[in-house]
Amino acid sequence: MSRDEVTRLEIGSDVQIAGARQAVRQAAVAAGFSLVEQTKIVTAASELARNTLVHGGGGHMELAVVENSGGHGIRLTFTDDGPGIPDVDVALSDGYSTGNGLGLGLGGARRLVQDFTIESRPGGGTTVTAVAWSRMAQRVPR
Amino acid sequence: MTSVGSDGSGAATVAQVLETRGEQVAQQWADLPLFRNVYTTGRDAAVAAAHRLVRVLAEVARHGRLDDTSAPDFERVRPHLAQTVTARTRSGATHQQITAEVAELKRPLLEIVARETGGADGAVAAVELMGTLRVVVVEIALSEGAELIDRQRAQLLEISNPVIKLWDGVVAVPLIGTLDSARTQVVMEALLQAIVDQNAGMAILDITGVPMVDTVVAQYLLKTAMAVRLMGAECVISGIRPQIAQTIVQLGIDLGDITTRATLADALKWALGKAGVSVVVGEG
Repeated sequence: MSRDEVTRLEIGSDVQIAGARQAVRQAAVAAGFSLVEQTKIVTAASELARNTLVHGGGGHMELAVVENSGGHGIRLTFTDDGPGIPDVDVALSDGYSTGNGLGLGLGGARRLVQDFTIESRPGGGTTVTAVAWSRMAQRVPR
Repeated sequence: MTSVGSDGSGAATVAQVLETRGEQVAQQWADLPLFRNVYTTGRDAAVAAAHRLVRVLAEVARHGRLDDTSAPDFERVRPHLAQTVTARTRSGATHQQITAEVAELKRPLLEIVARETGGADGAVAAVELMGTLRVVVVEIALSEGAELIDRQRAQLLEISNPVIKLWDGVVAVPLIGTLDSARTQVVMEALLQAIVDQNAGMAILDITGVPMVDTVVAQYLLKTAMAVRLMGAECVISGIRPQIAQTIVQLGIDLGDITTRATLADALKWALGKAGVSVVVGEG
């Protein structure tokens, strides 16, 4: 990871979620992602941005294009100051939802990207980092 | 509310200057971009518009409401200012440019006030008055923008969801763009109504134009399909492209026993088959 140009976008409304999706789509196209790879990272971004808004009460997304010897990747970091996640493992399990959604967003987003980490403390907000690499970049051992 | 000039004498001074030297101020304002760019047909129109604004500002000052953006006197120029803002916006000016152009009106007025009075009170009051005008213009620009967005949103809801009759008893909705709850509601209502009106037994939801299906979009699709079924019709979701299929699988979304097809043509074929219609390719 040598080139880190970080773009920061506020996530405070549905319109801003749509804006985040568009920014991620543009970055994915620029990073040489295939159509399937683009759709996966955009979908993951949509899920995580909505979590930031709905569960975290809003926050921001940082979008960075990263690089290894094989190609490019996209790193998304979602941060909120919300109530935090009491049990991350439970939250990641399919079908678990505190709202009235399908309960697949967080676990689904993890399956759509290559690297996925959650840092959360009850009462201390949540930071989710997701990294997706283009197919060529995935071949490089990490 | 009182003006910055402690006893309000500044306001009276400005009012007097605007009244007695109004023509002079208007002549100078008419040459500035704000008026020049809008009233391109002739300088007289620009001067008249500038003079209208001068007279209103004089009234505002006369009533001592220099910092009151809701002063009733401003109401009289609101339509004209709105026209000006709209005209500048249409020709590509940003809000920043427009407010900068409003700010340019300040200097000529200050020069005239300084020449006429010499005291600081009048100048301070004039600065405050022009600051208030700037805020009024910003308010107008923002409300114009919000109005435009509301209008476009309403238009989008209406135009983007036509229910199409493909065959007797077969209706389809081609969905374009991102689905949110408002659009889903409109689609669902239109589709259910079409099922009733046309006594349709088959409804096709085509998502070829939907760029991304996340869990929320999937939930909207499932709800719509469920509502169609409750009406006694069958629902097919078509236009599931490879990248969408892969994401749906990885998200772990279960579309249940809803029939899906890759293309709208496949879905129509399926629907016709269900309706007992066979398509025969002729020879000639």
